[in-house]
Amino acid sequence: MVYFAKWKIVLVAIVCVLGIASAFPNFLSEEDATALPGFLPNKQINLGLDLQGGSHLLLEVDVASVLLQRREGMVDSIRDGLRRGTPRIGYRRLGVRGECVGFDLLREEDLDPARRIVRDLESNTFDPTLDITTDGLSITVCATETGSREAVSSAVQQSIEIVRRRIDELGTREPTIQRQGADRILVQVPGLDDPERLKALIGTTAKMTFHLVDQSNSAAASCGPGRRRPPGTVCLPSVEDRDVNNEPIMYLVKRRVMVDGENLVDAQATFQDGQAVVSFRFDAVGARRFGDVTRQNVGQPFAIVLDKKVISAPVIREAILGGNGIISGNFTIKSAQDLSLLLRAGALPAPLTVLEERTVGAELGADSIAAGEFASVLAVVLVIIFMAAAYGMFGIMADIALVLNIILITAVLSMLQATLTLPGIAGIVLTIGMAVDANVLIFERIREEARNGRTPISAVDSGYSRALTTIIDANITTLIAAVLLFQFGSGPIKGFAVTLAIGLLTSMFTAIMVTRMMVVVWLHRRRPKKLPL
Amino acid sequence: MRLISLVPVNTKIDFMRFRKVAAILSLVLCVASAGLFGVKGLNFGIDFRGGILIEIRTEGPANMSQLRSNLSGLGLGEVQLQEFGQPTDVLIRIERQPGGEKAQLEAVEKAKNALGDKVDYRRTEFVGPKVGGELIEAGITAVLLALGAMLVYIWFRFEWQFGVGAVIALLHDVILTIGVFALLGLEFNLSTVAAILTIAGYSINDTVVVYDRVRENLRKFKQMPLYELLNLSINSTLSRTLLTSVTTLLALLALYLFGGEVLRGFSFAMIWGVIVGTYSSIFIAVPSLVYMNLRRSGLIVGENDGDDAAEAGKSA
Repeated sequence: MVYFAKWKIVLVAIVCVLGIASAFPNFLSEEDATALPGFLPNKQINLGLDLQGGSHLLLEVDVASVLLQRREGMVDSIRDGLRRGTPRIGYRRLGVRGECVGFDLLREEDLDPARRIVRDLESNTFDPTLDITTDGLSITVCATETGSREAVSSAVQQSIEIVRRRIDELGTREPTIQRQGADRILVQVPGLDDPERLKALIGTTAKMTFHLVDQSNSAAASCGPGRRRPPGTVCLPSVEDRDVNNEPIMYLVKRRVMVDGENLVDAQATFQDGQAVVSFRFDAVGARRFGDVTRQNVGQPFAIVLDKKVISAPVIREAILGGNGIISGNFTIKSAQDLSLLLRAGALPAPLTVLEERTVGAELGADSIAAGEFASVLAVVLVIIFMAAAYGMFGIMADIALVLNIILITAVLSMLQATLTLPGIAGIVLTIGMAVDANVLIFERIREEARNGRTPISAVDSGYSRALTTIIDANITTLIAAVLLFQFGSGPIKGFAVTLAIGLLTSMFTAIMVTRMMVVVWLHRRRPKKLPL
Repeated sequence: MRLISLVPVNTKIDFMRFRKVAAILSLVLCVASAGLFGVKGLNFGIDFRGGILIEIRTEGPANMSQLRSNLSGLGLGEVQLQEFGQPTDVLIRIERQPGGEKAQLEAVEKAKNALGDKVDYRRTEFVGPKVGGELIEAGITAVLLALGAMLVYIWFRFEWQFGVGAVIALLHDVILTIGVFALLGLEFNLSTVAAILTIAGYSINDTVVVYDRVRENLRKFKQMPLYELLNLSINSTLSRTLLTSVTTLLALLALYLFGGEVLRGFSFAMIWGVIVGTYSSIFIAVPSLVYMNLRRSGLIVGENDGDDAAEAGKSA
């Protein structure tokens, strides 16, 4: 017997009211939506970057560089430890050996104290982070898998922090910065007008160091292929200045870092004699070191090095004691601002590589929304007309369900705060076409049953019950496709999978519950002798 | 009011008669698709091949030859320009640069410098070699897993013969979709993979509806020859098959015509897929059951009522 339980009617009513209330804020402006009274839902659908405009960047932390730095740091720590040992531990050939760090002891009795010193470098974890092997007098220290993973992981964490600070300085709204996998960072910045600047800011390591310039040898004689550098020096190119052959001018600087950018506490872009410069301030440690170096080296050039390139090498005129200084160079206002921003935010622990960029201008996003809206409305109108023409009054019931279905999709997207992308809109349009399928199945079945001589009520009854398994089987297979799309798709495609899946579920609900309720109510009121199908 | 109807009442089209013709036609098309794929290959977009895509809007109609000469002087290898939707919009594709990710970034910057500030950058996409490789892998995995999962589901809900038949039809649709992309040289990108997976879902959906009826009829008409029974099943679901295809096509057509340039490839693939999927459910998926010993498996239909009851209990 055709019967529709009271609780089902209540359920349908509740879902409809909730759906309409949740979908409603999307038809308001942002201000009006937030101004809605507290008991009403006020969340709007999250638009993906391809609809609101913005930049999507996938970055990768340079793992090799992280591990190399770690090895180099270990060399320094081991040297410190061995020198501080009492009695002094003699060693030689301390340095990075391939993937490991190694050194040779001079005396056999130093083996145990040396091993202890190395062990003390280990971080406090359950798994050992260092693997120490001894071969005669030679000690090799390698990072274990745990150790390397930890190093990479902390470098990624630190990079995320630095990237966040840099982007925050740009003053954009709500950037998303997430870790992805072992060594990747996903950055999503909505509504940005200069993606190149964003990339430049993120792509700069911004490791700043101050070095003395080697005055006793000339760069021309020491730098370049086949020329020998004096020990303890390194050749670095200038950032801006070029020679006659348009090759960057080289500087021969002492390898030793006199002062490190880590000690900076502030940096600002200002003007000096009409030129854009960056003024900076050191913390107490930095200020003292900077004071010492400048006092001892008056008259010498002092190279300011950013990411292994020399910004400038001004001659020290007098000791700078207050911890304040100025970097001059061929800055424009913008490049001075960017450098000061980078210095304020701090250096990245390792270089970041941009693996993927997808930037959409706000205008294209708006065009996409408009096109998507138009296509959706047109699809709805076409399907509504077609269904009414094919099934008459039953078609109109299916049409009501279809409209409700779209409201429910909007509502679920708003409630879940899922991101609506352009392919997501395609998913909705596709659902509009496919959503009526459940009703088509049911109506065709009812028609068939009626043709076989059943009474209207019995035809409706068996039509619904027989079509149900088919509907479920058919929809689950599409749902499988949607789940896999979500799992393996990236960004916008995920959005498509989400709307497709939501659309399938809501269309099953509207077909099985909502149109059924309408059909049953109509049957009870009219008690027709013949179905208008 | 007279209702329109796509299929007259009580159609008795002998679909099964066309099964051999359809099988040969489909086989030829599949082989042709595979051949095209092998010889001509797919026009992979930057998602998979890596490379740079820039969409610009110029003030007034774009001067393509000017733009082309500006860009080709940069030594960035193959640079394609294409009017995109309207005369002011240009889509620029720059091939993947030799070298790592850094080289790609530099190329983007070079291209933007050459284009100047006069143009409006609507879209900039760049996919490095590493990500491109991963996206290919993820795309293939997703399609294969989808095929596998659907096979298992149908197998579980029906019988293995249905599972195999459905997957044959599915593969047919996927292969023909890839074939048409190879033939027309349409860009094959991430959204094409999404379209293929959705086509797979749609095609299975369509097939399942007919199969459901086959299963029901197998229980109802135990003495009916399989040939007739399959024909009856196709005919009685024909109206639904066509109606759903029409509503889906209507929606997709709206998307294809007015959904914007970015979605055009996707909606084209879907339209093609819906047509092919509808065809394959009727002419491939159902007839294939004839060749798979459906009746004799004895699991679906027993010769006595006891078996039938057991089966009814199982399917409930």
